[in-house]
Amino acid sequence: MEVLSNLVQPLFADYTLRTVALGSTVLGLVSGALGTYAVLRGQSLIGDAISHAALPGIALAFLITGSRVTLVLLLGALAAGWLATICVMAVTQNRRVKYDTALGLVLTVFFGIGLLLLTYLQQTAGARQAGLDTFLFGQAATLVTEDVWTMAFLGSIALAGIGLFWKEFKLLSFDPAFGRTLGLPMRALDVLLMTLIAVAIAIGLQTVGVVLMSAMLIAPAAAARQWTNRLSTMVGLSALFGVLAGVSGTLVSSAFANLPTGPTIVMAVSLIVAFSLLFAPARGIVWRRRVAGELTDAKADMMDGEPPR
Amino acid sequence: MTITQIEIQLVAIVVAAACALPGVYLVLRGMAMMSDAISHAILPGIVIAFLIVGNLNSPLLIVGAALMGLITVVLVEVLTRSGLVREDTAIGLVFPALFSIGVILIARYAGDIHLDLDAVLLGELAFAPFNRLEIAGVDLGPQGLYAMGAIGLMNLVFILLFYKELKLATFDAALASTLGFAPVALHYLLMGLVSLTAVAAFDAVGAILVVALIVGPPAAARLLTDRLGTTLVLSVALGVACAISGYWLAHWLDASIAGSMATMVGVCFTAAFLFAPVHGYVAQQRSRRKQRWSFARRALLIHLLQHERLPEAEWECHADHLQDHFSWDLSFAESVINQAIERDSITLEDGRLRLTSGGRSLAEKLLGDH
Repeated sequence: MEVLSNLVQPLFADYTLRTVALGSTVLGLVSGALGTYAVLRGQSLIGDAISHAALPGIALAFLITGSRVTLVLLLGALAAGWLATICVMAVTQNRRVKYDTALGLVLTVFFGIGLLLLTYLQQTAGARQAGLDTFLFGQAATLVTEDVWTMAFLGSIALAGIGLFWKEFKLLSFDPAFGRTLGLPMRALDVLLMTLIAVAIAIGLQTVGVVLMSAMLIAPAAAARQWTNRLSTMVGLSALFGVLAGVSGTLVSSAFANLPTGPTIVMAVSLIVAFSLLFAPARGIVWRRRVAGELTDAKADMMDGEPPR
Repeated sequence: MTITQIEIQLVAIVVAAACALPGVYLVLRGMAMMSDAISHAILPGIVIAFLIVGNLNSPLLIVGAALMGLITVVLVEVLTRSGLVREDTAIGLVFPALFSIGVILIARYAGDIHLDLDAVLLGELAFAPFNRLEIAGVDLGPQGLYAMGAIGLMNLVFILLFYKELKLATFDAALASTLGFAPVALHYLLMGLVSLTAVAAFDAVGAILVVALIVGPPAAARLLTDRLGTTLVLSVALGVACAISGYWLAHWLDASIAGSMATMVGVCFTAAFLFAPVHGYVAQQRSRRKQRWSFARRALLIHLLQHERLPEAEWECHADHLQDHFSWDLSFAESVINQAIERDSITLEDGRLRLTSGGRSLAEKLLGDH
């Protein structure tokens, strides 16, 4: 208990820590909820492509506006991430380009263009001072209250999107063909959902960075999947896991010296995944082993002529 | 060109060629994202090996990294086999976790040494000529050139030795295993080589952009040819072209070489995607349009054939009727008629369409075919 209070107490005393924890909460909540759809639709790695692709967007937003305001940079990230998903969709129209090839290509080419722009900017405009570097690995400590407000603003748009199009997105995830026969614009819905996912990713870039952001999108959802078969429960659980990982990662990283926030949050969410894969009722590996064991026991008992328990 | 410039380009060329070779098989097997996972996940391998050896230039670092690459592949497979998550989710779970471990290890235990994260992710080709290979005091050139060259050669030898086996395992894994070719062993060998290649390319282009060189040229080559051998050769050629043009783009802009090489990969793929002779976007649109016209002309001929001797022929075989009958719009109907006339299949007189003898035999043949 004392350990816990030692961890939690600074939350109320330390401005930076409180800000970062709030930021991670928003990030975990939004990416957890949206990630559910990416995982269910077999597009787990789209987040990786979107987050890497955000880099040139951030650089261009800075180059064009000269502004360092988080909202401007995040809108740039969002636009580039969105463009990346459109590119993936367009390129895979050609049957000789597989989905994962398209992801890999878009991810790395966009990132390369971003790097080109950043290094170009560094000579001309002093991008290092602009803090653009922080987006690579994320630098949670640079979060200020204003950033958290921006994140919350964008995040509530994304969450409202899920609420408004709940049924449509459900259909899109489980039976898009049926949706089409109902006359729903499935392609437009697909683009909309991708846009919301891009919003979720843009939110996390400053805290977790482009490299690790994809984990925040899918890990909570992959964990939540093990506990339930209901979409609504999964979205809720996934958001909860995201928040849990965000806050605990932030607290642990602040409690030790030289423990970067982003990777610590990812470790926290990975532990949640590992626990879920092992111990979730009905699906978990340990659970299945036990059931299998009971079955063989029962079988052995039957062989011995005893009635099954 | 200065010696340094030539050396940088040589390293870039060797890196690009070495990456493109195994990349062809990854792209064909739908495992492109595996290269992304491996290139990130080898970080903790490098760091742990460094913490044990205490020397950044030890070859053990490469061994550690390659081992970690294989561990990544195994972990992804174990997770996928468990049936709890799909393969892409498994990839997305494994590599961020391993990468995070690497970053945390660096931050906590290796912060004071020069294992710069930016360099790990982004690489810096411009520094390649600074690490010289010297034997008995004789300067033999940049170290990276030899390391990368050796691994490129290994890739080449592997592919030449197991060309048939790899081909079979790639296109028909089931047949390969019934024939006793051990596709699993081959798979791990290939993945081991991808890991080694990624580690060696790390220094030059970094973890993220190495994926561009592994995935991009083969993806472009696949749009240009149907043959595996040609795909391999083309991939290497395209990779090398991207490397050289990327270098000069970076030189001109005074920006990151790796970044501009990846940009050139993007340009190269986009060009192939749009303009490839058969599989490119333009060619496919054109052939689709051609098919549409040719189908419309055939439909017209058959229509005329079936109605020409019947009482309603006057109306059915009238040019103005086609819009109703086929729901073609006016200009489309006119074009179809004009095309058929040009080909001497029909004649047009006062709006009445008649088959020529050539047109009739063509229509009869078309009907007979079906």
